[in-house]
Amino acid sequence: MSVTSLKSMDEIRLGQLFAWPSRLTLEAWRAAWRSACTGVACEGIRGGFWNSIAIVLPSTLIAIALGALNGYALAFWRARGASLLFGLLMLGAFIPVQVLMFPLVRLLGPLHLVGSLAGIVLVHVIFSMPIMTLIFRNHFAALPRELFLAARLDGGGFLRIFLQLMLPLAVPMLVVAAIMQATGVWNDYILGLVFAGREHLPMTVQLNNLVNTTTGAKLYNVDMAATLLTSLVPLAIYLLSGRWFVRGIAAGAMKG
Amino acid sequence: MAAVSIRDLRVHLGGQPVIDGLDLEVASGEFLVLLGPSGCGKSTLLHALAGLIDVAGGSVAFDGVDQTWASPRARNIGMVFQSYALYPTMTVAGNLSFGLRARGTARAEIAARVQRAASLLQLEPLLARKPAQLSGGQRQRVAIGRALVRDAGVYLLDEPLSNLDANLRAALRRELKLLHQRLGATMIYVTHDQIEALTLATRIAVLHQGRVQQLGTPGDVYARPANRFVAGFMGAPPMNFLEGRLAVSGGTPRFVAAGFELELRDYEFRAAAPVDGEPVVLGVRPEQLRIGAPGSWTSQVTLIEPMGNHQVVWFDCAGSGWSALSDSDAGPRVGARIALAVSSSPVSLFRADNGTRR
Repeated sequence: MSVTSLKSMDEIRLGQLFAWPSRLTLEAWRAAWRSACTGVACEGIRGGFWNSIAIVLPSTLIAIALGALNGYALAFWRARGASLLFGLLMLGAFIPVQVLMFPLVRLLGPLHLVGSLAGIVLVHVIFSMPIMTLIFRNHFAALPRELFLAARLDGGGFLRIFLQLMLPLAVPMLVVAAIMQATGVWNDYILGLVFAGREHLPMTVQLNNLVNTTTGAKLYNVDMAATLLTSLVPLAIYLLSGRWFVRGIAAGAMKG
Repeated sequence: MAAVSIRDLRVHLGGQPVIDGLDLEVASGEFLVLLGPSGCGKSTLLHALAGLIDVAGGSVAFDGVDQTWASPRARNIGMVFQSYALYPTMTVAGNLSFGLRARGTARAEIAARVQRAASLLQLEPLLARKPAQLSGGQRQRVAIGRALVRDAGVYLLDEPLSNLDANLRAALRRELKLLHQRLGATMIYVTHDQIEALTLATRIAVLHQGRVQQLGTPGDVYARPANRFVAGFMGAPPMNFLEGRLAVSGGTPRFVAAGFELELRDYEFRAAAPVDGEPVVLGVRPEQLRIGAPGSWTSQVTLIEPMGNHQVVWFDCAGSGWSALSDSDAGPRVGARIALAVSSSPVSLFRADNGTRR
């Protein structure tokens, strides 16, 4: 893919798939980014890139904040019906996204949330809630309960214990959750297609449009470049967070 | 400093009554030790006093003010947990000050109080460290310090020394006693270790099956156990028991068993006067037995346990395994016949049917 993306179309037509390009060119990358046609518009996939960023950042931050808060509340504050709620949440994790698509559109439509940035972020947050809550609840439930009791006796309230004590203890989990959520949202196709609307189509949808709709000759080099561009962000997340990941695990292994 | 008053307290865990109608009065400045085997409800009682679990009935009052349904925050208690429960991500200073920060104490006041607690417990060089960088004894001192900075009315200590090795435990036990002498604070201390109970307590409450079996000074609980459970639980090696009957003839009651007889000259019977032929259980502490004195009976040594400064001599007494103490160098050997006598200090008698003190 990388090799093909660096070739010119003339060279690709020779059919030597594994040969090195005789002349390296970034023309295809430039085209994919700026001028390739994704449907009617021919502005490359850069718009999708920024759309995806705009979707991923709030979706990840909000989902993690809510998931951690949920998990903390479920693990420590044992409100009445907490286990029932947790059970329902878990059940939610097993329902396929596609089943809920239509009801969700009907639900969000009258609220003018379909086809907006807020709508797509909301949908991502909703669908990530079971798994986010699960991993944080399990992380907090594994902490010694006496820690929580000590903080309660020390006079800590719900939020103070969460922010000052529990959240710093959950840093490894925060990193894991951020990786999961960010890559998950970035790679999402169907929710973005349905809920994002024309203005906020994520990169994956634009990539599909670019690859699957062609007028005239199929520009393999541009397709390849666009695909690589789209997968760069998850790749970067893994590479950059790996260090944190290991550090988080090492920190968690220390006895408190 | 506060007095604690517990009336008819009942606590259920998972539908099971763990504490069942418990009454306890703790005077201000007292060091009360709740002693009992694991699962007797002593930690549960402590958590109930702290407000960390809801009670099913009864009341808890500090200095006459009812606290039964007060939040843990409002009760003004300091607690030391068995696992220390130090906040792993905070420094020692952060651990000590968390409670004060949570209560919105002024910054200068916090610094002064942390400084005072740190110097009291020799924690000054450790203030910038994280709990993971501390030894077991240091963590324990931080946990105590975290309770102390609060200037609480009552301090609750839940088996604070049980995770330490033997030497450190003894050293910290002495530190705790010194601390209590210096502060004069009300302390309620839970342990299953009778040595800790005997050395630290001003009074001991022996707990079993959710009830107070006996409440008294360490000397009283040790010398005059209220029932067979207390008698068997306190003391190492344990008290020697022998089933038999009372014989009352000529004014002096005697304890009689097969091949064994003991005059009960100064025994203070509780409640009713002794009845001839009444079935009882005799309890004699190992140190109340003298070996080699012109004895009332002889027996054969079955086992010797050297303890360094003394040794425990095990032998058979009318079918029960008994023990006595002897000097290390001058003691008998396994298989030797020894003469035994009960020394003058009072023995214990328990009713055969329900085990209460006779």
